[in-house]
Amino acid sequence: METKETVQVNNESVFNVTDLSVSYGDFVAIKNVNMDITKNKITAFIGPSGCGKSTLIRTFNRMNDLILGAKVNGTITYQGVDLYDKMVDPVQVRRRIGMVFQKPNPFPKTIKENITFGLKVNNMTDNMDERVEKALTQAALWDEVKDDLNKNALELSGGQQQRLCIARTIAVEPDTILMDEPCSALDPVATKKIEDLMQDLVKEFSILIVTHNMQQASRSSDYCAFFTTKTSDDGKRRTGELVEFNETSVMFTTPDQELTEQYISGRFG
Amino acid sequence: MSNETLITGKKAENAIKESLFLFTLYICVTIAILTLMTLIYDVLSTGTTRLTSDYEVGLITKIQIDNPVDFLTTLDSRYPDRAGIGPAFAGTVWLMIIVVFVTFPFGTGAAIYLQEFAPKNRLTRFIELNLTNLAGVPSVIYGLLGLAVFVRLAGFGRSVLSGGLTLTLLILPVVIVASREALKAVPDTIRQGALALGATKFQAVFRQVVPSAIPGMVTGMVLGLSRAIGETAPLIFMGALTYVNYFPGTPLSGFTAIPIQVYNWIGYPQAEWKETASAGIILLLGLLLIMNSIAIFIRNRYEKDL
Repeated sequence: METKETVQVNNESVFNVTDLSVSYGDFVAIKNVNMDITKNKITAFIGPSGCGKSTLIRTFNRMNDLILGAKVNGTITYQGVDLYDKMVDPVQVRRRIGMVFQKPNPFPKTIKENITFGLKVNNMTDNMDERVEKALTQAALWDEVKDDLNKNALELSGGQQQRLCIARTIAVEPDTILMDEPCSALDPVATKKIEDLMQDLVKEFSILIVTHNMQQASRSSDYCAFFTTKTSDDGKRRTGELVEFNETSVMFTTPDQELTEQYISGRFG
Repeated sequence: MSNETLITGKKAENAIKESLFLFTLYICVTIAILTLMTLIYDVLSTGTTRLTSDYEVGLITKIQIDNPVDFLTTLDSRYPDRAGIGPAFAGTVWLMIIVVFVTFPFGTGAAIYLQEFAPKNRLTRFIELNLTNLAGVPSVIYGLLGLAVFVRLAGFGRSVLSGGLTLTLLILPVVIVASREALKAVPDTIRQGALALGATKFQAVFRQVVPSAIPGMVTGMVLGLSRAIGETAPLIFMGALTYVNYFPGTPLSGFTAIPIQVYNWIGYPQAEWKETASAGIILLLGLLLIMNSIAIFIRNRYEKDL
């Protein structure tokens, strides 16, 4: 594995989002998003249901390509490269920008095979055993499963499954990890483990996380983006919009926007 | 609401209705099972004379075919007690081999393409609609098609190859539909998980989705196959023979199959043929039972793993 830069220039951005909007057919899910995502930090997306946060996070590794009729306007650059340029291969994008889903989705195979699958499709077949151990260790799962690597992954608990999904994601050595509500299907103990894990991982990876849980955002993120839905003048369409993007410490104490303050203090949403 | 509603006669009334309904259901099930049992009993009691060895006809001669091995390996005869099902059994085995080797690649291939890769447009919707309709086409029609295409056009003659390909056409829609269902049952999160790791669509489908769907696909295949071996009409139509006194040696040999042989025997006037025909039916039932058991075994075994 190449050594990652250890000294980070402060506020070096990994993604630059400009005038981004995503639509499915006629329906505009989210529009006018402008933000810069900082490298090796945790950026949280919060907001009420249907505000387009999950839609937005899926544009960062082109998972939206898989949804019929989804269309992305505006630009997202990743380390200076326009992700939606015609020459960009979405497979390579996803290899560099990993993703962990809302519901743990291990493959119905052994724990080891769950990790080696990603290695194999990315031609990282040298030192497989070491890579498996390293990924599981990084995901804080090694001690729990080291004796049962050939056990079916579906026999693990939900929290363990989610950590396995994180392990298989980091095994292919991405730069960035997208997490779409990774803890929404987990109990508080398992959630705590994932949050602790994120703090370890962020030293090496940039992390974007969608969460419904405001405490989670305030506890674990460095930056926070608040989205909400706006209803069109005729009342027929609801479109997600970015309200405020700020450092988490600022957002949760002295937000710029009144709407943010209302949401955070639980007055709506 | 007062407590009186809790203790009115409503419950008793519902209970009577429910038990009446349940009783009707039991009757239906009993009739179905009894019919089946009667048929099986009739066939077994008539046919076992050809399959058990402690049987003698009259005072003069011992019956010629009196055990399963002889029955399976002997050629047909014009004497009912000497007629074996050998050629028909061999014909059915030939048919099964051909059907498996042609149907599996084409059936699963078409299903994988339609389910995982095909663009969702009018053409694919048209194909899907037709597949469902084809599964319901009477089997005789496939016999006509087989006669026109394989026997005449392709020049395979009235061979076991033509027969196998005709049966393949017959069960292909069923196998494709079953395989698609198996693929559809694989959760989308598996596809997404694979793609998010940087797998190509091809890798995601062939390394994750298809392996998860294999048990369902194999089950569909086996069930399709058991339908194929029971078919008579399309084979007669495309020109399978009725009296075969040799074992089909190559795919281009003429042939007969178990159901045709049984049909043929049943048609003879002498009473003894009924026994021979019943023995043939027992064999066919046994084959079907074995194949369905295999399907169930595969399903249970892999379901446990998931």
